[in-house]
Amino acid sequence: MHYTFTIERGNFTDAGQASSSVKRTLKQLGVDPANIKRTVVALFEAEINAIAHAYGGTIDVDIDEGKIVMVVADQGPGIPNLDLAMQEGWSTASAKVREMGYGAGMGLPNIKKNTDDLKIDTEVGVGTTVTMTVYLV
Amino acid sequence: MTVKEIIDRLGLQCLNEANLEEEVTGAYASDLLSDVMGNARSGQIWITMQTHKNVTAIASLKDIPAVILVRSGVPDADMLAHAQDEDICLLVSQDAAFEVCGKLYELIK
Repeated sequence: MHYTFTIERGNFTDAGQASSSVKRTLKQLGVDPANIKRTVVALFEAEINAIAHAYGGTIDVDIDEGKIVMVVADQGPGIPNLDLAMQEGWSTASAKVREMGYGAGMGLPNIKKNTDDLKIDTEVGVGTTVTMTVYLV
Repeated sequence: MTVKEIIDRLGLQCLNEANLEEEVTGAYASDLLSDVMGNARSGQIWITMQTHKNVTAIASLKDIPAVILVRSGVPDADMLAHAQDEDICLLVSQDAAFEVCGKLYELIK
């Protein structure tokens, strides 16, 4: 099964719609609740990252019997130092984003903790593609 | 203890009735959304002063039955509507987070 969602820059109002939709589908498919939880945490965090930092993007989710693959691809500033970005507590979020309770530098670490595979391709000035895989077996 | 019992015992205002008979297993107090995303567990009540729609989005994703807004927090209109759509019990306390946590801890520790 394949699902595609669009991410709009700065549109926090609709944040979580993709994760919510994927959660519903996984529930209907009878996927183990622990794997559903891991999937939605990772997807929501990646979605928020793209909303907060990038200029727009897409989310592609592929679900089969063995795994869930989520690709969040944005057009944006890219991540200049990926090692720093992966450190818990490090963030470049704006004051507005921090006021909402984001920007604590926990997003990427949360994604890493909740996925089995995480691949981040990023180019400064071009964008970032985050590929996350959760294995179901 | 159920959501309804907690509402009664803490004298909370209820803005959206949902999950009233659900058993509460604990609580998580945080205004950092990724902290809640990463560390709150399903069945816990979430105590926060954040009043925007992403709170109910996260509550829904994490199977959190109820959210308590502290210090008489007023939810954004779209947060209230979203709580109704997603069946999240939306509660308000006049107390600050410290007092709400203390009272709730005494009830469900």
